[in-house]
Amino acid sequence: MAHTPISTAPRNTIAGAGTGTPIIKIRNFDFAYGDSQALFDINMDINAKEVTAFIGPSGCGKSTFLRCFNRMNDLIDIARIKNGAIKISDVNIYDKDVDVIELRKHVGMVFQKSNPFPKSIYDNIAYGLRIQGVKKKSTLDEVVEQCLRSAALWDEVKDRLGDSALGMSGGQQQRLCIARALAVRPKILLMDEPCSALDPIATAKVEELIHELKKDYTIVIVTHSMQQAARVSDRTAFFYLGKLIEYDQTDKIFMNPRDPQTEAYISGRFG
Amino acid sequence: MKRYFHHELEDLRSKLILIGEKANEAARIAVDGFLASDLEKLDEAISKDDAIDTLEMEIDRASVRYITLRSPVSSDVRFILVAIKASHDLERAGDEAHGIALRAKNILARDGRVLNTVAIDKMSQLTCSMMKDAITSLVEGDPEQAQAVIERDKAVNALHKENFKRLAIGTANDSTEAETRFETILISKSLERIADHAKNLAEEVIYLLTARSVPHS
Repeated sequence: MAHTPISTAPRNTIAGAGTGTPIIKIRNFDFAYGDSQALFDINMDINAKEVTAFIGPSGCGKSTFLRCFNRMNDLIDIARIKNGAIKISDVNIYDKDVDVIELRKHVGMVFQKSNPFPKSIYDNIAYGLRIQGVKKKSTLDEVVEQCLRSAALWDEVKDRLGDSALGMSGGQQQRLCIARALAVRPKILLMDEPCSALDPIATAKVEELIHELKKDYTIVIVTHSMQQAARVSDRTAFFYLGKLIEYDQTDKIFMNPRDPQTEAYISGRFG
Repeated sequence: MKRYFHHELEDLRSKLILIGEKANEAARIAVDGFLASDLEKLDEAISKDDAIDTLEMEIDRASVRYITLRSPVSSDVRFILVAIKASHDLERAGDEAHGIALRAKNILARDGRVLNTVAIDKMSQLTCSMMKDAITSLVEGDPEQAQAVIERDKAVNALHKENFKRLAIGTANDSTEAETRFETILISKSLERIADHAKNLAEEVIYLLTARSVPHS
């Protein structure tokens, strides 16, 4: 992936994190797939220990933007940053000396479709620690229990930790993936439509989990469900055609948005 | 499963009960002030109105927020609708109590003391007990108690009619000034309106509990 030097001066207004403490700072961020620009001059701050939702129609760039936070787009040959910076805890994650593996330890990700490893429930959680060199059984046991508890799964699986994760329900698999992401102690959790394949009960459990996890983690979630964004997030960003149209407290975005495009989108009058 | 945002409905319910209690308290104090020619009590009743208005606005704001952000359905959405309608009724009841106190102060300023209390005492006892029971029916989720409140409204209406006749016509023994008699009619009318708001609240409680709208008589 090629990227051009970073300009430090913001070109447009920084969409605010308000009274919170920003952990992610995005400045003048332009991103393209080959010649096709996907994100235009994004400036925003994302607060620590809050849930921030990205909403917008398909193709608006919200998932692309989310995947920039842990450099998942590095895996796409034609992806490139044309301009700007993303700083996490004041480190530009696109600096040459940033270790991408280390970055992804700090910025975990949960995908649309749950993707547990074809291993036991226990091994799914322990996997990340083992590849970091943790071998002590008591440490692994402790972390597995802690993560499963954090993901509100412990009571459901504590008696069958050796069973295959693939035998779990879809909702349990998704929460297992969240537990697995927590095992390497990230600061930030990225969630790309984590409930789109789940039934309403499983969705409610994941939303409850998100609400609990924000006490300890910063969560950024992409969702097509505006009701979900309204229910779970503290702040919401509306994207359209690669541009950040509006970013504010969630109740303000849904009760009295500033921009007519946001109003049209959230009220279903778009297009 | 109880969701993390369900406590917002509990908060809303507490506010609704509080505004009801405040409106009823304001009415009781205003009538006490009228019956006892007690200026201090009348001023106290007047001072209650701002807090009632503020609570109504808070309930409105919280209700709109809940509808917008929490996607309520079924009894939750009925509760929100009831909160909006009932808080408006209770705010109006607070306004009527405020009006009673202001008119009673006018009478005191003109006559020195209230000389003719007609059936205001009896009316206020009926009205305040209707409001109290309507609030209790909400707290306890009791549609039968709410229905009983609705049925008591006619007695208050009858007392108001009686007051109207006595005060509008006047009697040979009654030396009360016409202005005072007119203001006393308005006080009686305010109590009759407070009873209507209590009845509305009871109808709203029945709608909340049964999903059945009570036809207006």
